[in-house]
Amino acid sequence: MDAGTESKLAIDPSRLQVLEERLRDLEKRLAMVEGQAAEDRVALIVFSGDLDRVLAAFIIATGAAAMGQQVSMFFTFWGLSVLKKDKQLSGKSLFQRMMTLMTPGSSESLPVSKMNYFGAGAKMLRVMMAQKNVSSLEEMISLARELGVRMTACEMSRDVMGIKDSELVAGLESGGVASFLADALKSRTSLFI
Amino acid sequence: MSQGFDSVLDARGLNCPMPLVNARKEIGKLDLGQVLKVISTDRGSVADFQGWAKIAKNVELVGQETESADGANLYVHYVKRTA
Repeated sequence: MDAGTESKLAIDPSRLQVLEERLRDLEKRLAMVEGQAAEDRVALIVFSGDLDRVLAAFIIATGAAAMGQQVSMFFTFWGLSVLKKDKQLSGKSLFQRMMTLMTPGSSESLPVSKMNYFGAGAKMLRVMMAQKNVSSLEEMISLARELGVRMTACEMSRDVMGIKDSELVAGLESGGVASFLADALKSRTSLFI
Repeated sequence: MSQGFDSVLDARGLNCPMPLVNARKEIGKLDLGQVLKVISTDRGSVADFQGWAKIAKNVELVGQETESADGANLYVHYVKRTA
């Protein structure tokens, strides 16, 4: 190496300092970008309490979990019926009692969104699905749990509708909009069902 | 030449998403590099297994074939555990 190239390669200390600062700045920004990148995660809001829509939600949830995604399901308003195991009237306001009486007491009594005919449509759909060997909603719910799907009951709508903890199945988390958004903002896919 | 495999999952008669869900459970029992053969009657499973392999970081789809048996189509998938 002759003296000419050597002098070109030599970096004067002030320039080196500038470069080091830029490198540190880039590393910081990279860490920030990495922190905001989507994870292998799917977030679903189950707003509907219709059998057909809820089935779609659970098929997506179990399928995504099987594909290796972390799945969070947030149940709110009519969707809370999916998580009920019981109807209780004591300790509720008049409107809350009316709401309790007029909403399903468990996933097994969910109506369909079309052609329900006082529950006959829902029964028919369940029979048709069984004939085609599609898992029942209840099988899918327990499958989702087995696959580690996180299920959160919306605290605000639960409170408004007067749904008690003792009316809901065990193993649920309780949370609000921020707990949903904390997962949704890190998800590749978010659906409102 | 047909694809070699280490374990077989019979998912005949099962519908979406069960072939995928059961395959996922089954592949966890295999060692790295081993291949699971999945036999399904669900036509949608062909695209489903392709999607799974595309997204999941621990599986590779090493082969797919369609067979005819008793007038019904069988969709066969070979999935390798890679991680």
